[in-house]
Amino acid sequence: MKYVLKLYVVGNTAVSSRAERNLKNICAELIEDEYVIEVIDILKKPKLAVDESIRAIPTLIKELPAPLRRVIGDLSDNEKVLLGLGLTRKEKIPETGEYNE
Amino acid sequence: MNNVKAIEAPKKIATGIEGLEHITMGGITEGRTTLVVGSSGSGKTIFAVEFLYRGITEFDRPGVFVTFEERTPGIMQNVKALGWNLDELVQQNKLKFIDASPEPVPITETGDYDLSGLLVQIEYAVKEIGAKLVVMDSMGALFHQFSNTELIRREIFRIAEALKGLGVTGLMTAERLEEYGLISRYGVEEFVSDNVIILRNVLEAEKCRRTIQVLKMRGNTHYKGEFPFTISSTGISILPLSAMELKQSSSTDRISFGNAELDKMTNGGLFRDSITLVSGPTGGGKTLMCTTFTAEACSHGEKVLLLAYEESGQQLLRNAQSWGMDFRKWEQEGLLKVICLYPEAMGLEDHLLMIRREIEQFEPRRMIMDSVSAMERVSTVSNFREFVIGLTSYVKQKEICSLCTSTTPKLSGGDSITEAHISTITDAIILLRYVEINGVLRRGIAVIKMRGSQHDKRVREFTIDGQGLHIGDPFKNVQNIILGIPSISGPSDKEQLEDMFQK
Repeated sequence: MKYVLKLYVVGNTAVSSRAERNLKNICAELIEDEYVIEVIDILKKPKLAVDESIRAIPTLIKELPAPLRRVIGDLSDNEKVLLGLGLTRKEKIPETGEYNE
Repeated sequence: MNNVKAIEAPKKIATGIEGLEHITMGGITEGRTTLVVGSSGSGKTIFAVEFLYRGITEFDRPGVFVTFEERTPGIMQNVKALGWNLDELVQQNKLKFIDASPEPVPITETGDYDLSGLLVQIEYAVKEIGAKLVVMDSMGALFHQFSNTELIRREIFRIAEALKGLGVTGLMTAERLEEYGLISRYGVEEFVSDNVIILRNVLEAEKCRRTIQVLKMRGNTHYKGEFPFTISSTGISILPLSAMELKQSSSTDRISFGNAELDKMTNGGLFRDSITLVSGPTGGGKTLMCTTFTAEACSHGEKVLLLAYEESGQQLLRNAQSWGMDFRKWEQEGLLKVICLYPEAMGLEDHLLMIRREIEQFEPRRMIMDSVSAMERVSTVSNFREFVIGLTSYVKQKEICSLCTSTTPKLSGGDSITEAHISTITDAIILLRYVEINGVLRRGIAVIKMRGSQHDKRVREFTIDGQGLHIGDPFKNVQNIILGIPSISGPSDKEQLEDMFQK
């Protein structure tokens, strides 16, 4: 299953780039499945803000797979982001020996 | 220093909302954001929609409507009954909706955010249709969509500032919890503080009474205090009663009352633009005076509006018929319009609005109100007074000769609230009183006031028979009729002598 994530930002503000960085980290480290991240600057594409009814910035929308989910903010809380998107955390692979008696 | 001189006072733009230009002395401030606050059901949304609708249709100012609460189709549907076709305006690219009502999708908040998205949407819409107006309804709903109250308040301020930058005139609505208390919930007014208008819906004497108050209009003058308003089939109508000015012209034309003797008592009839009060006890002949006055006008082809608050239309027709006056015929000919209504049917503002609408449509030359005092029942004293002032100044403006009746609470005469409030406004006052002489009840009539004219100062006898009303000779040797305590003073010696020889 492939995840489609769209992140709506405004220009190059600190909050926007922080959100983008956080999202990429979360996806890379915590999501098992394949994913696509699209970052959209609504200053350049204001019509998309209208179409998607974007109010808060940054807004992350999980378009696929259904159901649609929205997370707003700089995505600084990993657990909340995963919960908000309805994703499951990648199982941590135990390092050899650690969990053995 | 030159820059300082170039700054001008903020300009106002008309809104088209009936009466608002009057109380704001010209409209709301151009290029600023006005905050309209009110409790739930106070008419905020309709105010917002009407502001936009009239701005677009009457003043050719395209507008953007941002809704945070109700969905767009709902708003369009709600005002359809008022004949406002918002969908047409949308098609003509004069109106743009931004639907920011709560999302059906769950939203998770994590970390910092702001409302730039909304701002981008607004800017985009404003540019797209060249909007001059932006309406946002209602700000309070934003606080339910987002959890960070402090942030939302800051963002509201930022949006108001951005609207200024766009050169558009803004209108935001916000709710309040009490009619008299904090200006708004969440303190929105602290951030949008240039202009504040308060809408109220107060229960008073078992009737809902809507009022509007301009709390502040920075850099501009406006009328202060609460003004009643109603929401009818034409939208909002503000009735700026106490803001009325006494500047009616005055006429020297006289018109007949319908009774030659009565015309003589008033020294030639009533003035064309005058308001006459007929005060008397129940059964004193007030309604007959109204009927006579109506018949006089209709038989000369003048239009009459008759407002009856105590009798049904059928009753009125029957009574008039018994004096040989054919109301039905005049009604058919379009000379007479009878409106029978219980005063309790609606609030006084609605009554006033209805009367004004009827006058505008029917264009009568005379108006009769039987009785004004019936209206006392349904309102508070100050509300009643405003009603009377509002009505009388309106009919004066229109030069409609009006006759109002007032029922005195006591059979023998005395004052009523109506008289206390209306007597100074009316131009002529006619009193009808019972006079008991030697155990026989008779009626007396007196003109006690006739502005701008001489009048008969005597109390004359007044009789009613199958032909209508008749005015007889003055009462002799009876005192204090007007006070309601007639007493017989003995005939003078001279009269006694005369009587003696006549017999």
